[in-house]
Amino acid sequence: MAKLYTRDTQAIFWNNNTTAIQRMLDYDYTIQRKKPSVAAIVAPTSGNKFEKFFYGPDEIMIPLYKTTAAAKAAQPQADVLLNFASFRTAYDVTMEALEIGGFSSIMITAEGIPERLARAMNATAREKNVTVIGPATVGAIAPGAFKIANIGGTIENIVQSKLHRAGSCGLVTRSGGLFNELSNIIAINADGIAEGVAIGGDRFVGSVFIDNLLRMEENSEVKYMILLGEVGGTEEYKVIEAVKSGKIKKPIIAWCIGTIAKYYDSGVQFGHAGASANGDMETAEAKNNAMAAVGIHVPASFNDLPLMIKKVYTELNLPAIPEPDMSLCPSVRKSKEFICTISDDRGDECTYAGFPISSLATPETGKGIGDVVSLLWFKKQYPKWATDFIETVIKTVADHGPAVSGAHNAKVTARAGKSVVESLVTGLLTIGPRFGGAIDGAAEYFKYADDNKLTPAEFLNHMKKEGVPIPGIGHRIKSLKNPDLRVEGLKKYAATYFPSTSLLDYALTVEQLTTSKKENLILNVDGTIGILMVDMWRALGYTEEEINEFISSGTLNAFFIVGRSIGFIGHVLDEKRLAMPMYRHPMSDILYDVQVADKI
Amino acid sequence: MAQKAIREYDAKSILAKHWDKYFPNFTYAYETVMVQNGLELAAIAKDKKWLNEKALVAKPDMLFGKRGKNGLVLFRDTKPGDVSLSKATSWIDEKSSTEQSVYFSFDGETPTGDAKTDMLTHFVVEPFTPHAQEEEYYISATVVGDNDMLYMSAEGGMEVEEGWDEKVTEVAFAITDTEEEIAAKIRANIPADVAAADKEKFADFAIGFFRAYRELNFAYLEINPFVMQGNKIELLDMVAKLDDTAGFMMKEEWGDVEYPTSFGMEEKSPEVLAIEDADSKSGASLKLTILKPEARIWTMVAGGGASVVYADTIADLAGIDDLANYGEYSGGPTTSETKFYADTLIDLMTRVPDKDDRPKILIIGGAIANFTDVAKTFTGIIQSFETYADKMKEHKVKTYVRRGGPNYEKGLKDIKEAADRLGLYIEVYGPETHVTDIVRMALAK
Repeated sequence: MAKLYTRDTQAIFWNNNTTAIQRMLDYDYTIQRKKPSVAAIVAPTSGNKFEKFFYGPDEIMIPLYKTTAAAKAAQPQADVLLNFASFRTAYDVTMEALEIGGFSSIMITAEGIPERLARAMNATAREKNVTVIGPATVGAIAPGAFKIANIGGTIENIVQSKLHRAGSCGLVTRSGGLFNELSNIIAINADGIAEGVAIGGDRFVGSVFIDNLLRMEENSEVKYMILLGEVGGTEEYKVIEAVKSGKIKKPIIAWCIGTIAKYYDSGVQFGHAGASANGDMETAEAKNNAMAAVGIHVPASFNDLPLMIKKVYTELNLPAIPEPDMSLCPSVRKSKEFICTISDDRGDECTYAGFPISSLATPETGKGIGDVVSLLWFKKQYPKWATDFIETVIKTVADHGPAVSGAHNAKVTARAGKSVVESLVTGLLTIGPRFGGAIDGAAEYFKYADDNKLTPAEFLNHMKKEGVPIPGIGHRIKSLKNPDLRVEGLKKYAATYFPSTSLLDYALTVEQLTTSKKENLILNVDGTIGILMVDMWRALGYTEEEINEFISSGTLNAFFIVGRSIGFIGHVLDEKRLAMPMYRHPMSDILYDVQVADKI
Repeated sequence: MAQKAIREYDAKSILAKHWDKYFPNFTYAYETVMVQNGLELAAIAKDKKWLNEKALVAKPDMLFGKRGKNGLVLFRDTKPGDVSLSKATSWIDEKSSTEQSVYFSFDGETPTGDAKTDMLTHFVVEPFTPHAQEEEYYISATVVGDNDMLYMSAEGGMEVEEGWDEKVTEVAFAITDTEEEIAAKIRANIPADVAAADKEKFADFAIGFFRAYRELNFAYLEINPFVMQGNKIELLDMVAKLDDTAGFMMKEEWGDVEYPTSFGMEEKSPEVLAIEDADSKSGASLKLTILKPEARIWTMVAGGGASVVYADTIADLAGIDDLANYGEYSGGPTTSETKFYADTLIDLMTRVPDKDDRPKILIIGGAIANFTDVAKTFTGIIQSFETYADKMKEHKVKTYVRRGGPNYEKGLKDIKEAADRLGLYIEVYGPETHVTDIVRMALAK
């Protein structure tokens, strides 16, 4: 891995830190990335499914997940974890991600993770060849490709510090604040940076100077390196060894801060937790001298660092880096109150999930109402066998005579002189668990039984315990000998056109058992529709979770609502046509049993 | 700082609390008390019979070693092992009544380097344990580089420190080593000088010791010496540091542990304690160390790295005699947190005039912030200017500002306007000026 990140790198961001994520997306927009650099957010306590962010002047949605595992499963291409958990949980989050696998680098921002935990985490990552940036860091950046969270600061500063496109310096610092400062210094005195990492201020950090410098040595964009070290630790000596042995050949400019520490005893802690000299070798001065001795360019003081950068850069005589196009993020943006993901009326012609209405509406397009439903309800182009099935269902449930509660309600309302829409909704309002609800119920319970591999007998037992009659089983008059022809039609269609009918097959074994007890306990039309819908979605490649969500959000009911509306409207128009008078229920049909109220 | 030294008494108490878990095959009497004066010892003696019955040893418990060579271990009145409770009481009263000088390094019996002088405030008192020299052992553990190290020796006390290379066996462990691997490594490396009959027991103790070091999150743990008599263990002298970042998960295990300032170090001032308190309650970072309260250059720098660079530069260009403090604020402190920090600093810097009547210098420095809102933090500093304007004028404070980052233009403009309005001397620079260049400018005038 010569480069830490590319323009295609995507991250999973652990913790919904909206400011930092927005900064990343502003950066993405500015450098004209094709895809946002954050693919998913892990927000364990959020009930939301996504978070809205600006992408330039527009808004985009980034999906939220409750766990790293779920985020990684949904976004397997995202191979960077940005761990913004607190020092209490950062270790667990990292270890879980290492366990899940598929991450090439993990950045950890928390400061003060217990040392033993930090060491264990770093060692495990190293074993698995995962680059850890941090803990206690502001992150890393590959200018023009990918930027972690807040590094580089505001978008104005990023452009000013030339962090919007790759320069030729590889920068490694301990401090996050000085990283920014150095980017600025390098932009002023040279041509910007190609890759930069702030390794973190804690005593035990994952990747150290040498790891990053060796990678930069391999990166052809990097022409020279700058290392900003600190008093304390011996990591700089590993770099000295690599220079001596010829492993690093590119020029290095280096400075260790904390030269003041020599004046005070160890009681004064200068800078980060890692910055405390144990012995002379760890002082800033000793390290600066040792680095200078092997030919690393070491200035006389931090104040002289800019001059040294200018000198080394000028001597390299590098060709000028062309300035790429940039997009400008608007400074004032307003968040949108509503979101629409199904249709768009902003262009010449309104579209359904991207398809102009005219491409679907007329007969020669070959599209039917099933196609419109698949686009507007599911945002997918279903194959013909599925859209035909949807139409079959709508036709099958369109009406069931005037006596059912919804049709009756609609008729009574129409006769009270109300309009079509008023009459229709009084009919629709009866749709629910008792009327039309068996479609939902059958799908839910049969799927539950099938998912849990219950035998028909176990399923019956389970329902008995629940105290619910099995939805979708039973008919007033129909039986195996006198079958419901609507059901036969649906079954025949499914047998011919469905790639598979696993749930229906299961339901039929249940039917065998129920009809052996009582003849009319057959799979009825509601049950068949609910069950075949599940089979349709399974065959279309939806996951079981997605199908469960369809069921719980009432999608099956929706098919019934659409279909039966046709019938209700028919009954309402019938009443209007017949000019039927106001209906009053005959008193003879009511059992009156009214007692004098007790006084309490 | 993650690694913090604790008192010997606390180290023993932590081990005693978990003794049966780590040392099920050994006993430890845990006869030890910590007192601040003779009166306290006498009071405790009413509850602890052994203080009245046994010969005692008393020594200060204030994080420094070489107590024997400094003449600060009481184990004899007229002959070794005859110290009574009343002798210990009077000795503690005597040693705690006047300042004592302590040397930290010795060449043989001769002290080297400078002594530090301070009051002795904490003492441990324990029974005198008669034992043979060969019953004394040494053991310690710490982190070196990426590894845990275990040091063991068949000899304890001074001998070890003076003959480290020949007498001590060192064993290194990776953080990923399993319990079994660790135990096997320890068993394979028991010092050759441990008597054959005691090897098994020594290994047993060492394994428990090293596990306690790891699981109780010690950063350093040393017993020198411990005495092993059969299954009876005495911890004669201990040194320990805790990894205080593990504090949140060790509340129960460590109990009520204290992190004292080392002997000879000035007690933390109320101002420093107040900043520490504010820091512990904030998500941001607020740090303050007073180096020389009468010096003329004060720094209020944002960021851990930048604060070091400013200190380096001041030391280079002005010398450390002029540097009054070290500290930093970072991680996006609120306006009121920043005001509190600025109030504390400006109050401290306007207490005594410069001895040569030169103007005082206030460096409000910082690198280009990643996410801290500069205007917001500067609002806090401006509020502080408003409170202290008169005192700042009285001490001829010259303020030099350099900062970049989110909202820095507004921050710089606001602070300049406020200083001008209040009649304070100020120079203000942004990211176009090198981060530490304001130090040079301040000293040039």
